[in-house]
Amino acid sequence: MQVVFLTFSLTRAPKPQPQTWTGQHEKFIPAGILPCLGLSCQDKDCTPYPRYNTTVPLRDNYPPRQHSSLNPTSSVLRTLDRRHRTRREGRNCIRYRCGLTNTIQDVLNQRPGWVEVKEDGDWDFNWCDVGWLRENFDHSYMEEHVRICHFRNHYELTRKNLMVKNLKRYRKTLEREAGRMEAAKCDFFPCTFVLPSEYHIFVEEFKRSPGSTWIMKPVARSQGKGIFLFRKLKDIIDWKKDGSRSEEQKDEAQVESYVAQRYIENPYLIAGRKFDLRVYVLVTSYIPLKAWLYRDGFARFSNTRFSLSSIDDQYVHLTNVAVQKTAPDYDPEKGCKWQMQQLRCYLTAKHGFETVQTLSKEIDNIFIRSLLSVQKTIINDKHCFELYGYDILLDQDLKPWLIEVNASPSLTASSQEDYDLKYRLLEDTLHIVDMEGRLTGKEKRVGGFDLMWNDGPVYTDVGLEALGSSCLVANTHLGCVNDRQKQLQQLLKPFPGQKKT
Amino acid sequence: MLDESAELSVSITQIVQRLKGTHLHSQLEKQAKECLHKPEIKLETLKDDVRRLLKASGWERKLQNAVYRELHILPPPGHPRAPPEHTKEPLAYMCKAQVNWEKRILKSLNSMCTELGIPLARKRPVPEQKELTNKWNEMGTDEPDLSKFRPVYAPKDFLEVLVGLRNPNNERSEDLTVRSHWGLIQVSLNVRNIPQMREMYPELGLTFGQLGIDDHTHVPPDLFESEHIHIGKKVVSEQDSAAAQQYSRQGCPTGLRAQLWSLILNTTNDPEDITHYEQLKARVIHHALLVDNLIYKDVKLTASNDDYYFVFEDYLYQVLLCFSRDTSVLEHFNYNSATPPKSCIQSKSGSEQSAVVYPPNGVIPFHGFSMYVAPLCFLYNEPSKLYSVFREMYIRYFFRLHSISSLPSGIVSLCLQFERLLQSHLPQLFYHLREIGAQPLRIAFKWIVRAFSGYLSTDQLLLLWDRILGYDSLEIVAVLAAAVFAFRAENLMEVTSLASAEAVLADLSTLKVMPLLQIFLFATSV
Repeated sequence: MQVVFLTFSLTRAPKPQPQTWTGQHEKFIPAGILPCLGLSCQDKDCTPYPRYNTTVPLRDNYPPRQHSSLNPTSSVLRTLDRRHRTRREGRNCIRYRCGLTNTIQDVLNQRPGWVEVKEDGDWDFNWCDVGWLRENFDHSYMEEHVRICHFRNHYELTRKNLMVKNLKRYRKTLEREAGRMEAAKCDFFPCTFVLPSEYHIFVEEFKRSPGSTWIMKPVARSQGKGIFLFRKLKDIIDWKKDGSRSEEQKDEAQVESYVAQRYIENPYLIAGRKFDLRVYVLVTSYIPLKAWLYRDGFARFSNTRFSLSSIDDQYVHLTNVAVQKTAPDYDPEKGCKWQMQQLRCYLTAKHGFETVQTLSKEIDNIFIRSLLSVQKTIINDKHCFELYGYDILLDQDLKPWLIEVNASPSLTASSQEDYDLKYRLLEDTLHIVDMEGRLTGKEKRVGGFDLMWNDGPVYTDVGLEALGSSCLVANTHLGCVNDRQKQLQQLLKPFPGQKKT
Repeated sequence: MLDESAELSVSITQIVQRLKGTHLHSQLEKQAKECLHKPEIKLETLKDDVRRLLKASGWERKLQNAVYRELHILPPPGHPRAPPEHTKEPLAYMCKAQVNWEKRILKSLNSMCTELGIPLARKRPVPEQKELTNKWNEMGTDEPDLSKFRPVYAPKDFLEVLVGLRNPNNERSEDLTVRSHWGLIQVSLNVRNIPQMREMYPELGLTFGQLGIDDHTHVPPDLFESEHIHIGKKVVSEQDSAAAQQYSRQGCPTGLRAQLWSLILNTTNDPEDITHYEQLKARVIHHALLVDNLIYKDVKLTASNDDYYFVFEDYLYQVLLCFSRDTSVLEHFNYNSATPPKSCIQSKSGSEQSAVVYPPNGVIPFHGFSMYVAPLCFLYNEPSKLYSVFREMYIRYFFRLHSISSLPSGIVSLCLQFERLLQSHLPQLFYHLREIGAQPLRIAFKWIVRAFSGYLSTDQLLLLWDRILGYDSLEIVAVLAAAVFAFRAENLMEVTSLASAEAVLADLSTLKVMPLLQIFLFATSV
């Protein structure tokens, strides 16, 4: 035990630093200003080089709660914020439940003072899957401080048919109340119809635009399953009564709704390849709406070269694999990704700053409008927060299109870089959910998250020196430098029980 | 020695000679003739009037840029009676080493040729030509069996040659100082020390704003950056190569880099350039070369596996295959110490043999060659534009990274520069690494040969290449290599083997180039 105590205090003692660089921040930062604690620091940018870190992982020197009475470090834990102790009735840890086995589990596991509870134990924090939510939410009583990672009826935004329904309704309301111009700001989703219920208006629209390509997607499935493209009405009639489909698929089709969506035929290509964007938005409240945008994200490239000729008649009855290759949300080769910073840099190099600035403004508009469209529909609940994965497609004119929103974006990492991104993302999500009470609630930025909407647009604090800054600048930084480590250290109070260095 | 004015007049004659008969020349003539019809031209002041009009219509600037470009590739003036080989490489032992190295490469290529039974070149049958034309934009989807091919050489092999270089005029047993025995490079060349570097790179000093440093500080909010962008736009609108080059020393803004670089390199992408590219493309389609397989193999081994560059696979083929057919590249052998490799072809009668340059551009690609092109894909979409920028970069800079020569920007000088900087800057580190059998150059050589392409993140790499263009020299690459060692010195002092030293330096993708360079050059006591 003595040994444990020693390592514990040693890792916290400020290391003697050389007068050049800290070696931990690969930017010119004089030593001592930003000592890296090596605690929550899983950030790649923060270690001198990957996987060569000599600091002991946190789990090893932060004793589990059940031993705390025996452990010398309990004296440190006892210095916990009084407020929190009373709120959690004397408990000095946060009990969490985690329904997923991927990056999120690592993040929760390594967070100081958080302890996992068994299957049916009481919890303060629950990262559940949507299935759990459906079965248990309505039967559970939640104390004031408890947090859970989904809203009760999140599907209003995340099911393809409901999202479109809500957006269409929102657009109508806008048109009535604010006019056509305002309503036009909602034109960021491709023309979409729910089948079979809207079959007739779909046919009308279909006939109005001969020769165009449409995409058919089952509303509740993800990852490109069941998607196919078509150009002739005959094709879907055939598909409806296609005998070649298996019985199982037929059954599914009967209960399953589909959306028919105008296919974006002129996607923006990089070196002949199509890609879509995955962007993360965190909502902590719907009334008032409070939404955060994460700086990191990625572009997923399709492995095949884009060409519309592949949707020719002979290919209409595509096999699953072939369909998925042209499907926007199919990830054929994991690792075919660019970080958002890389993409932003590329687009800036090709089109200039102003164009990229306009693009990110338009992307912000998609997030805000889509969230506003369900603001009154989603059951607001102060226990809930939700991390959405937005899929955005760019067309040749750099207009962004909303493809879909995911309530449970994949947190399984496909590579080390991907893992690091998701780890940072989830850590910052927990910072904002703030079970530890380390924030003031007035922050505009927490780590990689920038506050995008707080019952109204949020603007950056522009210094007086900035030239000609009479116009307001949105507080979002998609694809910009994510120097979160530095920002977090200035922002956050230390974890309860941890001395500030 | 010639005096300065004589030197100048020699250069002028050379440049005039080279520009005569170019497309620019005929265009200037045409413009001059056309303006004769204008009413403001007076017979009395004919010469001045025409000049004024050419100036006003921007043609003078075009001529200036063309002259400026010629100055960059002009061989250093030698004695008028010195034979031309001397301007290629004045030191006999360097020449000899280069010749021997070329022989080795050619032998290796020939043996692969015989071993695999593949001809150096063959005409493609018509169906194959058609197929290639159809998939020109997606050559990367092809998965040919390349298992039998291996790169002709890798940087490691080349390093061994450089390590073996000796100056026969030096009695090696004595005479050399202790310091020169420390490193791997055993020849003495004149390289700069830090005070000389500070004079050479004043714009990297602490008092100058830098893209790559000063755009990342938030207080005051990006003041330098917006001002710098403003100037950059002005430079672009002026279309002045020299100004663009000077500007690039403090870094090019991402949004203007493509324009600035092609301005510095004077790659105009005229209709002629596009036609030239189309001709090269036709040559690729008509004939298959053995080196094509080497190019394929290299792209698959390097760029296709790269986290950033995998997207550009098709572009790389479109550039590199055309490059290998471009005989205009041969011109750079006037000032390159290397000589284009030759191969014999049998004439139809079988009686005569004639030697031709092979591959047609005289450059045999080695392992990692495609990484010279990859970062440029980030800037240019159009294959013809991408192509001309790459070709100009190659004939100005990249060829120096794999030809043995004594020139200041040549690979031998860069290696020596790197070793000297490290020795005088961090003698303890150098000694430590040497003692454990991890000679720093063994680790840094691959970075230097590729000018760091594929090792740094793209944005950082482009910031580095900004300075290569800005200072018209590759020297900065050697400085950065030394700065990287300095930056990780503390960790390197703790390692006890080459493998662990390599592990410490395996990932450079998080490095910020400009702070490293600035600190190394200006904020370290010498």
